[in-house]
Amino acid sequence: MAETENTSPATAVQILSTDGTVAPTASAEPYLEYLNRLTDADHEQFYRDMVLARAFDTEAANLQRQGQLALWPPCHGQEGAQVGSGRAARSQDHIFPSYREHAVGLVRGVDLLGIIEVMRGTTHSGWDVSDPSNGNFRPYTLVIGAQALHATGFAMGVKFDGDTATGNPETDQAVMVYFGDGATSQGDVNEAMVFAASYQTPEVFFLQNNHWAISVPVTTQSRTPLFQRGSGFGIPSVQIDGNDVLASYAVTAKHLDDARSGGGPQLIEALTYRIGAHTTSDDPTKYRTQELTDSWIARDPIVRFEAFLRGQGAANALFESVAAEARDYASDVRKRTHAIADPEIGLMFDGVYSDDHPLMIEQKQWLEQYEAALGGGAE
Amino acid sequence: MSDSIDKTLQSMPMAKALNAGMRQAMANDPKVLLMGEDIGKLGGVFRITEGLQAEFGENRVLDTPLAESGIIGTAVGLAMRGYRPVCEIQFDGFIYPGFNQITSQLAKLTNRNEGSLQMPVVIRVPYGGHIGAVEHHQESPEAYFAHTAGLRSVSPSTPNDAYWMIQEAIASNDPVMFFEPKSRYWPKGEVDLSGPAAPLHASRIVRLGTDATLVAHGAMVSVLLQAAELAAADGISLEVVDLRSISPIDYEPLLESVRKTGRLIVAQEASGNVSVGSEIAATVAERAFYSLEAPVLRVSGFDVPFPPAKLEKLFLPDADRVLEAVDRALAY
Repeated sequence: MAETENTSPATAVQILSTDGTVAPTASAEPYLEYLNRLTDADHEQFYRDMVLARAFDTEAANLQRQGQLALWPPCHGQEGAQVGSGRAARSQDHIFPSYREHAVGLVRGVDLLGIIEVMRGTTHSGWDVSDPSNGNFRPYTLVIGAQALHATGFAMGVKFDGDTATGNPETDQAVMVYFGDGATSQGDVNEAMVFAASYQTPEVFFLQNNHWAISVPVTTQSRTPLFQRGSGFGIPSVQIDGNDVLASYAVTAKHLDDARSGGGPQLIEALTYRIGAHTTSDDPTKYRTQELTDSWIARDPIVRFEAFLRGQGAANALFESVAAEARDYASDVRKRTHAIADPEIGLMFDGVYSDDHPLMIEQKQWLEQYEAALGGGAE
Repeated sequence: MSDSIDKTLQSMPMAKALNAGMRQAMANDPKVLLMGEDIGKLGGVFRITEGLQAEFGENRVLDTPLAESGIIGTAVGLAMRGYRPVCEIQFDGFIYPGFNQITSQLAKLTNRNEGSLQMPVVIRVPYGGHIGAVEHHQESPEAYFAHTAGLRSVSPSTPNDAYWMIQEAIASNDPVMFFEPKSRYWPKGEVDLSGPAAPLHASRIVRLGTDATLVAHGAMVSVLLQAAELAAADGISLEVVDLRSISPIDYEPLLESVRKTGRLIVAQEASGNVSVGSEIAATVAERAFYSLEAPVLRVSGFDVPFPPAKLEKLFLPDADRVLEAVDRALAY
């Protein structure tokens, strides 16, 4: 598989083999203590998160096909990387997503209808990060890699504020930024790592290598495994099996702790796969084979974790109840999507500036009067 | 003069006025911090931030890595954290690596967050010609930013305005592009430290006249004043308006002037094609059509890249080129 030759997971941290048996790699040793903190209830939560995220993602893609959304970027296949890392973050941590981190949003407490609203075209954000119920999960950034600099600047601020590295992991803050393999070619991601290393920010760069930047394979982005770039910046870096939710959890938890305790920025490359299209506008049959996709479906993070739970003695009732919950959740998302109202004229003008601006006042007033004169209005 | 007036009126160049204005802003608000290339120990290539790192420390005046997108992008993140970053772009022509972070991120983040996120970031840009420098060091890129919704763009022409406007820009809750006319950094002017400051976006009539109105921003204002002085010797009375702000533009004083004189000449160092001057000409034609005795004329840099320095005097509009336009306007 030429497309994946530079991402050989030979040294990648793995806890669960693809059949769900606990078989940590040697590289997993420094992370095992983090697994010991997890209870059965935590395991069940991870499973529930992944299943709900996939149900949401599948429902949203269907809604797009039915004309309810302009576009949908599916996260199918990446739930292990996202749920593990998202659950590893502490409540005081700050998350800067790209635009495919639906499962991270879910575990941080965001109402995912907000993502649907963005893709439907009723808002650019969908949730208010200043509302504590949204778990410091910031709105999506669509320009590839731009958020890496925002995360780094924010983390510089955390450090200047003295809100990290005090020795108390319960309150010390860290920042985590998500981006993909395509983004690693962007100047902004590289500049972010330069600044992060210079200022020793309390920050984890979480790279989901899903192997595709729309149609371009990761081998076009890099001749070397991407995590190896970290050492060039002076950033401790590790590669993990991103479809192993336990590896994602343990490795992220440790590196967030390293970041929050004064260890500076960290880089995690999670090897995963975009099972679906880039977005619903994409056609993967034009650039990749079904055999390749099938080989990654065989490493599905949910199937693997279900096998692990069954091996741990989980009862059928658990899987049945999670499946029922996921059905209800998807149905609720569908119902609420149909009820989303179109925005008012004010949305276009009111939030452009924080302070009064004459053009906003003048043009909003003009449009309102114009619409009123037509006897309609943009409601 | 009484002692109190002596203390509050000081003669200083714009470079020192900007330094004093930033020092005041930093003293007033611990969240104000400066970021840029060579601005700390060196005090900036123009020495505008001289002494500020020694006074406020390395966490308030940051000598950043050499990356414009990185400077703006991390300033965005710091603003999200509650800071009020003031970024220095070393020279006008070096701003483009930061263009995406300015226009797609900084300018749009308040809107993206439906008004719930403020972006109080100032980007200082030494700009314009007259300094005989090499390529990329004498440009006037302000139209790109004046065109971008979500940004505010201003340019002081005097030390007094520089002192007050930099403080107002830092106090603004919106991103402000702060264009500093570098050819005006060193001439001295009177700064009134007691204020009051004019509003950040107010334009101002700086010379009264009756035959035609001249308008400009930044360094070109002094060229217009020089032209008006020369014209007065020939018995032509020219009114001069200093825009001070190019986004938004405070049109009312300008329109009032045009209604009186009936003629308008817009001058700028920037290339004229799709420029701030074009927008002013269109707006004045729309709003003061029946007052105009002549078409609004533009005096601009040519539509070429800024030339090698030995040609800059031919590229940049001077008082004679302004007066040539005045003659054409008066011929109608």
